[in-house]
Amino acid sequence: MQQADFLKIVGPFQDKLYRLAKRLLVSREEAEDATQEILLKLWAKKKNMGQYKNVEAFAVTMTKNFCLDRLKSKQAGNLKLVHTNYKEGGSSLQKKVEAKDSVSWVQKIMEDLPEQQKMVLQLRDVEEYDYDEIADMLEMKPTAVRVALSRARKTVREKLMQKHSYGIG
Amino acid sequence: MELDNVKKLLERYFEADTTVAEEELLRDYFSKENIPDDLKPYAPLFGFIAKAKKERFAKPLDLGPEKKLGGSSLYKWLSIAAAVVLMFGVYFGKTYYDEKEVEQQQAQYAYNETKKALDLLAQNMERGTEKMAYLNEFVEAKDKIYNKN
Repeated sequence: MQQADFLKIVGPFQDKLYRLAKRLLVSREEAEDATQEILLKLWAKKKNMGQYKNVEAFAVTMTKNFCLDRLKSKQAGNLKLVHTNYKEGGSSLQKKVEAKDSVSWVQKIMEDLPEQQKMVLQLRDVEEYDYDEIADMLEMKPTAVRVALSRARKTVREKLMQKHSYGIG
Repeated sequence: MELDNVKKLLERYFEADTTVAEEELLRDYFSKENIPDDLKPYAPLFGFIAKAKKERFAKPLDLGPEKKLGGSSLYKWLSIAAAVVLMFGVYFGKTYYDEKEVEQQQAQYAYNETKKALDLLAQNMERGTEKMAYLNEFVEAKDKIYNKN
């Protein structure tokens, strides 16, 4: 397989991988690095590409696993530094206060969701995959996908309602 | 879309019961300007989703130099192996050739020496044979004398 063929295959979904990575890792640079790494891994596996029935779903799963590993090792690094943990809580509150418009407020709410809910919301509401596809990509049961999605949406709603009635931000 | 409908859809949206198409309708609805007050709190959520869809992976992808299909590393190693074999071949070939040449020179020398020795022998034999000629003379003379008597 030549580079042009490969780029033609990954082209339609590389933005989706990036957006998922960014949802999980938050920082743009880290998400870009992660996406690049995933695409390079796929390129290295290009000989087997014919064997995957769905390259896109496979790539999404790879991205999920890669980012969760990243987060895990980052967390492990953070736990040693007890003081930064305290600071971390304070700064995220700071960020919430700083959220200027209501759209970036939603983004802050998203950052506080558990990883699985973040991914489900991202893959459904932003990427518009159906439940079976998401279940396949995240290695979950379709019913679990629905439950996680409903919870994520409801959490966002709850926080938005709070904000609306108290007029924070 | 009617307000009642939107509210019903929203209800189902939060139960994760809507289809992708219905969710599209909701996003459409909330992207408009005139949203009633009681639905306004939901607008940021759909605004956020619409914005999130627009993010792009902007980093150029470098896949490294284009390689020939398959077996390219095998080919590389094969040529290295061939070069090594060739070098050893030249090295040992040269030693073998040198040995052969020395052997040939020695053989040539031995041949020359032998030839010289044989020549010497042949010369002496010649001299011996010349002397034998006198003996022949003697035999002939004796025969003549004997025959006359």
